[in-house]
Amino acid sequence: MIYREAGQFKTSYGADQAMLPIAQDRWVIAAVVAVMLILVPFLASEYMLQAILIPFLILSLAAIGLNLLTGYAGQLSLGTAAFMAVGGYMAYKFTTAFPGLNLLVVFLLSGVCAAGVGLVFGIPSLRIKGFYLAVATLAAQFFLNWTFNKVPWFYNYNPSGTITVPPREMLGVMVGGPEATAETRYFIALLVVVVLTVAAKNLVRGRIGRSWMAIRDMDIAAEIIGFRPYQTKLLAFAISSFYCGVAGAMYLCLYLGSAESEAYSIELSFEVLFMVIIGGLGSLLGSFLGAAFIVLLPIFLTNAPQLVGLTLPIDLQKHIELMVFGGLIVYFLIVEPRGLARLWQIAKEKLRRWPFPY
Amino acid sequence: MEILTAIFFTPFAEMWEGPVFFTEVVLNGLLTGVMYSLVALGFVLIFKASEIFNFAQGIMVLFAALSLVGLMELGIPAWLAVILTLVIMVLLALVIERVMLRPLVNQDPFILFMSTIGLTFFLEGFGETLWGSNVKRLDIGIPKDVIEYQGVLLSQFDIIAAVVGALLVFGLAIFFTKTTIGRALRAVADDHQAALSVGIPLKTIWVIVWSVSGGVALVAGIMWGAKSGVQFSLSLIALKALPVLILGGLTSISGAIVGGLIIGVGEKVAEIYWGPLIGGAIENWFAYILALVFLLFRPQGLFGERIIERV
Repeated sequence: MIYREAGQFKTSYGADQAMLPIAQDRWVIAAVVAVMLILVPFLASEYMLQAILIPFLILSLAAIGLNLLTGYAGQLSLGTAAFMAVGGYMAYKFTTAFPGLNLLVVFLLSGVCAAGVGLVFGIPSLRIKGFYLAVATLAAQFFLNWTFNKVPWFYNYNPSGTITVPPREMLGVMVGGPEATAETRYFIALLVVVVLTVAAKNLVRGRIGRSWMAIRDMDIAAEIIGFRPYQTKLLAFAISSFYCGVAGAMYLCLYLGSAESEAYSIELSFEVLFMVIIGGLGSLLGSFLGAAFIVLLPIFLTNAPQLVGLTLPIDLQKHIELMVFGGLIVYFLIVEPRGLARLWQIAKEKLRRWPFPY
Repeated sequence: MEILTAIFFTPFAEMWEGPVFFTEVVLNGLLTGVMYSLVALGFVLIFKASEIFNFAQGIMVLFAALSLVGLMELGIPAWLAVILTLVIMVLLALVIERVMLRPLVNQDPFILFMSTIGLTFFLEGFGETLWGSNVKRLDIGIPKDVIEYQGVLLSQFDIIAAVVGALLVFGLAIFFTKTTIGRALRAVADDHQAALSVGIPLKTIWVIVWSVSGGVALVAGIMWGAKSGVQFSLSLIALKALPVLILGGLTSISGAIVGGLIIGVGEKVAEIYWGPLIGGAIENWFAYILALVFLLFRPQGLFGERIIERV
């Protein structure tokens, strides 16, 4: 019912291998990006941008990073926030050491640093698998958090131990520091997320993505048909950490403004993991859906009692929020373990035949 | 050069010069290790029987301790409160099996793991809604005096905790090897399908296993709660138990014990002799790095089942 691909004939290899082979998909994506780019900044309030849209974009990017590693390459990681921390702290170091450096370049460089750290912590992945590996990645989480707390070089020896983004401008517009408006920060986040999403999409449908999926589905078989497991897994760790690092740098520069190492705690790792699982393992669309869900749910839960006219004591409300959050996660896993992306796929298939199913 | 001496020589010289202090550190490490093992045991029980990596074990420890304290505050005598808490944990196991595990049978282990994280959030909110979130003291009359033996100072409490831990492990070992239910549990752990085909009821077994690990959580909760008060941070010892778990092997009860002891001692010794060198507070990550390095040589942990992969 919504749309069909009937009548769209491909006349060249290029058209057949396009990223979005169906015209309607292209229109929808273009429309979504256009709305996000043109309409949203005008309609959304400061609060909407700062509390919902910016964290949504940044955490989607982190979720994509984790999804590349866990969903595509099959290596469960609980250390996402640590790699984000590397991004955040290196962004701070780069931008304070080279004040003239363009913020986008800073993001890229911090991503590269995170990729390096990810490589190191990915080394055990050849020997260790499954839950053993998941717990081993927690080593990265705790070790890196401790390092950023204890080594003063990372926060430029300032006594409070917090890192604060200094004012930075790009093309004459303030983009970093307290004077940057929510709109500019939103535009930059959107730009980075769109570019990196397109890159991720092309990665996972190409040779690299196929090698990841082969390793995920059965590593021994993949090895026998000629994929090199060590290189493949390490590459997955590096690229995933690059995404997480860029997300962490943006988390600091565009969202928090100033942070301590606690901002990148294990809770953040779990939050990103939830986004990936609730959204759908091995789906880029799922990363966005999951991020939207996890960002919106707490805000909704906080405001829900007032909407119905209930006033609860603050601590009781906090506990009930936790219960509902946990309960909903279990519920979603029971309803559709393969996530929101799978639900969307099912809905699309149902809608194709609606209202005249067989 | 200086730094190399500080890393490779000075700490050992210190150990050699102060044997009494060194013994004290090691013994303290062993006793803390027993406490870690108590938490890790609960993980192993569930993982063995159902291949679920139960992240909620830490919060179950907190939940059990909170319930116990809450009941005792209502004026119920300690022994009755313990029994009632056990009943609560069994009920919890029943509900978890019915509501959460049964619909998720045969799903990917990742998914089950995530659902136990969801359970963690739920239990945290639920426990604190029921019993409040203040820090509570749990006093069950264990003396905390310090005793001295040949110059080595030890807390009486830690020794009792170690004895309780040992008794628990002993009891579990007998339960697993001598009783019918224990044998059924081991059968399920070995091979789900074979166990099903000889008529072992899988669902009942899961309830039993979750109940038993609820009971282990209660013991751990009592010991940790009496040591450092019943509060939210109690659930964070789960994060301490994870390296113990992978070091010992996810499927081995003796692994949980030995792993706990190794981590306990390693952590204390490293903190005291090497900690000051790099700024202290290394307890948080040392256990993980230790486990990680160890796994590089034995990917299945100390006593874990050998990983055999078939294509």
